[in-house]
Amino acid sequence: MMYTDKVMDHFQNPRNVGVIKDADGVGKVGNPVCGDMMTFYIKVKDDRLEDVKFQTFGCGAAIAVSSIVSEMAMGRTLGEAMDITNDRVAEELGGLPKNKLHCSNLGADALHEAIKDYRARRAGGPEAKKKEEGGCCCPYCDGPLEGAQGLCRSCHVELRECPECHKATKAGEETCSHCGAGLPSG
Amino acid sequence: MERVYLDHIAATPLDPRVLEAMLPFFRGEFGNPQSLHAFGQPVQEAVEEAREKVARFIGASAEEIIFVSSGSEANNFALKGMALALRDKGKHLVVSAVEHQSVLHSAKSLERLGFRTTIIGVDRDGLVDPERAAAAITPETVLVSVMLANSEVGTIEPVGEVARVCRSRKVPFHTDAVAAAGSISVDVRALDVDALSLAGDQFYGPKGSAALYVRKGTRILPLIDGGIQESGRRGGTENVAGVVGLGRAAELASAELDSRAARESALRDRLIEELPRRIHRVTLTGHRTLRLPYHASFCVEFVEGEAMLLSLDLKGFAVSSGSACTSRALKASHVLLAMGLDHALAQGSLVFSLVEGTTAGDVETLLDSFPPIIERLRAMSPLYTQYLEEKGK
Repeated sequence: MMYTDKVMDHFQNPRNVGVIKDADGVGKVGNPVCGDMMTFYIKVKDDRLEDVKFQTFGCGAAIAVSSIVSEMAMGRTLGEAMDITNDRVAEELGGLPKNKLHCSNLGADALHEAIKDYRARRAGGPEAKKKEEGGCCCPYCDGPLEGAQGLCRSCHVELRECPECHKATKAGEETCSHCGAGLPSG
Repeated sequence: MERVYLDHIAATPLDPRVLEAMLPFFRGEFGNPQSLHAFGQPVQEAVEEAREKVARFIGASAEEIIFVSSGSEANNFALKGMALALRDKGKHLVVSAVEHQSVLHSAKSLERLGFRTTIIGVDRDGLVDPERAAAAITPETVLVSVMLANSEVGTIEPVGEVARVCRSRKVPFHTDAVAAAGSISVDVRALDVDALSLAGDQFYGPKGSAALYVRKGTRILPLIDGGIQESGRRGGTENVAGVVGLGRAAELASAELDSRAARESALRDRLIEELPRRIHRVTLTGHRTLRLPYHASFCVEFVEGEAMLLSLDLKGFAVSSGSACTSRALKASHVLLAMGLDHALAQGSLVFSLVEGTTAGDVETLLDSFPPIIERLRAMSPLYTQYLEEKGK
């Protein structure tokens, strides 16, 4: 089996699945192009996560990651929850296959987005800006990308923006992997 | 737990009769078929007998069969060997968008050598339009390759029609019949193809044993240079046991194909008709009737393929998915995207491919076991929640 027993346990019996209707913060990451979507809902009391729930569309690793993140975050202070890193998530699960490590990024990101959303609401500002839909994936590993970035966090491929379709494509290639347009060198 | 194997497209089980035929060549008969002495000669006879059997299986003659190591090698050999043999005539290839990666990536490799490829699209059922193939041919075209059947969606392509177009334009034509050979009858003369790939592990033969048919008079350059094996077209000491196994599997398939196909297509149709009744928002992928007899493939909305695959595995069912998460490269299936499915739907791809030995009882157990899995995964899917909310409005 490519997954550890702990991953399989959380995949089969995910903790804290669901929606919190009157959540204090909501964090959404991913899209179907990436293969995974996660939504985290949090309730906060006295700076602590009183409740955490999630919904996930994705592979076994994505479901297990969401579950363990919700467990790791439950009852923690917001500061502690913000310190949950991708590495700790993967470690807690006894490791993930290399090409699934981006799932651990997504889980921690979704939780952090929910906390940022809560803080933004408290500050009276607009709800935390939702991530832009589409074009969010590394064309090589399909890991999530945030805006215009030059390097994929998941697979460390160097990226550039295609001048034709404006999606991320691998730097140094002659044609865009999305639209096939020729790319100027340099 | 009793396990039910529904992953024909990954590999078929080895037929015990095939194993029986192979065993002598793992035991005493170790000789090199190229040796002129008493150790080599019986082995050479076995190799040539296998060649006859594979030839008969597809209506070819023995000298038109080249043994290779895999379907991928057969496809690489056809694309590169045939294109390079004619590179002075032109440097243009035509392939369909739903070809196996071994065809598409071979075309990419040829592009690095100065070739140009036209990729012809398919319709929503995965069908290639022969007229589009015809329109793509230029005076520079040296090879057209369209598969006989697609392993991901089961669609059987109108290869005879494409071949006819190519013949009239005098352009060599190759078909990848790896998913089809052994499951539907294949006759290279009736299809009028110049080259055809097939692989033993798709019809109860051994892995590592495949063949490329190359019509007499068709030019092809070797990929593996070496000695005089395979009439100088593929160097390397023969995989004797594998070749013998392939021959035996071809012989058995010739005799048993019709009854196998009738039995499997009845089970396939049961799945295709019943699954959408038990689970809503399930779509058949591929053509409803122009379809491999062992093949039932679907996209299940709001859930992801790997999660379904793992859940089914825990219940004892072995299946495939074309979702991005199940591929090591984490890319959605190029076949489903070429058919115009959107990414979210392509992520929910699942392939049930039946084998000899799949029973009606297996199919019924699957039909009972699958809906609760989907219910569980949809309950945690934000896409399904969103769908329900929108439906409620």
